[in-house]
Amino acid sequence: MERLLKDKVAILVFVLPAALIYLFSVFVPICWSTYYSLFSGLPGINFKFVGLSNFAKMWSDRIFLGAFGMNMAYVAIVVVGQVGLGLLLSLLFMFGIRKYKTLVRTIVFFPVVLPVVAVGQLFSKIFEITPTNGLFNSLLVLLGLGNWVQPWLGQPTSAFLVLCFMDIWTAMGFYAIIFYAALMDIPTDIIEAAHIDGANGFRLLKSVLLPSLRPITLACLIFSFTGTLKVFESSLALTRGGPGTATKTLSMYMYDSSFLHSQYGYGSAIAVFILIECVVITAVLNGVLKSRES
Amino acid sequence: MNNSKLGSRLTSLLFKVFVVLFLALELYPIIWMLLSSFKATQEFTQNPSYSLPEGFYFQNYVDAWTTGKMGIFFKNSLITTVVSLVFIVLFSTSVSFALVKMHWKLRNAALSFFMSGIMVPVTIVLIPLFSMYKELHLLNTYWSLIITYTGFGLALSVFLISSYMRSMPDELIEAAVIDGCSIYKVFWKVVVPLSMNAIVTVLVIQFFFRWNDMLFSMTFISRTAMKTVQTGLLYFSDEWGNKNWGAIFAAISIGVMPTLGLYAALNKLVIDGMTAGAVKG
Repeated sequence: MERLLKDKVAILVFVLPAALIYLFSVFVPICWSTYYSLFSGLPGINFKFVGLSNFAKMWSDRIFLGAFGMNMAYVAIVVVGQVGLGLLLSLLFMFGIRKYKTLVRTIVFFPVVLPVVAVGQLFSKIFEITPTNGLFNSLLVLLGLGNWVQPWLGQPTSAFLVLCFMDIWTAMGFYAIIFYAALMDIPTDIIEAAHIDGANGFRLLKSVLLPSLRPITLACLIFSFTGTLKVFESSLALTRGGPGTATKTLSMYMYDSSFLHSQYGYGSAIAVFILIECVVITAVLNGVLKSRES
Repeated sequence: MNNSKLGSRLTSLLFKVFVVLFLALELYPIIWMLLSSFKATQEFTQNPSYSLPEGFYFQNYVDAWTTGKMGIFFKNSLITTVVSLVFIVLFSTSVSFALVKMHWKLRNAALSFFMSGIMVPVTIVLIPLFSMYKELHLLNTYWSLIITYTGFGLALSVFLISSYMRSMPDELIEAAVIDGCSIYKVFWKVVVPLSMNAIVTVLVIQFFFRWNDMLFSMTFISRTAMKTVQTGLLYFSDEWGNKNWGAIFAAISIGVMPTLGLYAALNKLVIDGMTAGAVKG
């Protein structure tokens, strides 16, 4: 028995193929990128060790700063939208809806499974103005708000807001389901006891529900933050980062630097920067969880 | 009827209206897309966008599938997704078995190794992988995508399957060993069938992740004939621009169809699987 479960050859057969693929496609590239971020130029042509100066260069690069600022504003709006609306929806499932609960949940989760590219293309048609009004503009005309018709994706601010709206629209159902599962896990006698003590509505939410939801809220926040910090596909599919660079995210700028301008070193540095952002925010949020627990 | 009763009736009605409006906001864009994919070209310019199609103009789908090459993109997506799913399931099940049920020194280190990539932003591996595949002449091949999809599918899948296996009683394995099974037979005849629940969850989650991939496909594939559905859609709208809306809507609908079908058939499984993946991951 023990001999069989210690069989070294069998362990190798079970682990080695996966370990090699994983090493090759995930582990080594991460280390490799980190190493590249200390160089400038293109390997084999003008590759030069520059230490940390790529990271210093970012802060005087106007396009980087623009993308960084836009990315931060996007993160702030979309995280609040996704997690906040997700929480509200879950409360709605829990206390508001009696019939058709499953159907409502199935519908709300639906956009989550759609390909981001398809959603982006769909929204770009919804907010289209040429050669003909898309869904949104044509509905405005129908409602007699014809003078509100405008090129939503052709103006920096409105394009940015459409992008935020789209990504909240896609993901809020996902968070709603997670919060709902957590709400169902709260023992009913706790909620009943609070009712008897006269806690209703807002007080019930503040003193009973939210404290029990704290761990799951942090998990959702981490997921939402890391997802929005690295946003790429949705912006590319909706606006290609435009108009101008209005919706160009950090990840897109990393991609352009690397593959359009052949700056592998600088591109890697931006990729590492995004990874650091994700690690820091995860560590901070985990720290918050730990300090509250103790 | 007294005032407070009337008031609560009114709130409840308002509430219902709100819920219905909200669900409409979630569903209407998708319904609009499907309806628009059946509109003839002149309908887009003559009628407002919200109007219903005048008939079922299937030519859009024919155009998208043949002239628009969606048929080719679809085939490419199907091959890369299915092959990588096979590898992901095979590898993550065997690794999990070795990690959870077998006894060896480095198994904790191996677990952390596989978990290390669970939340890594994809952008960070693009340059190294692009360089490697270029050296190995794997750019514009199925293998570039299959290898990457498999590697990136492993972390979460190993995590989900190994947590599931931990609750599997060791007695079943012992009984099989006493019956004289080899370790490979134990794995194949006992452990795999018992892990089916976790395997199905992994299959479903990974199908969505791999089918919906755009970043790897747009980095490693530049030849039109090798593009997958997602990058094909981008190419498609660039090529066709604003000329043929009907075909664009048909193409988007084709790209959405497999996910839509799978979700319609297995919605509870999909919801449970995807949320479990996020919360635990």
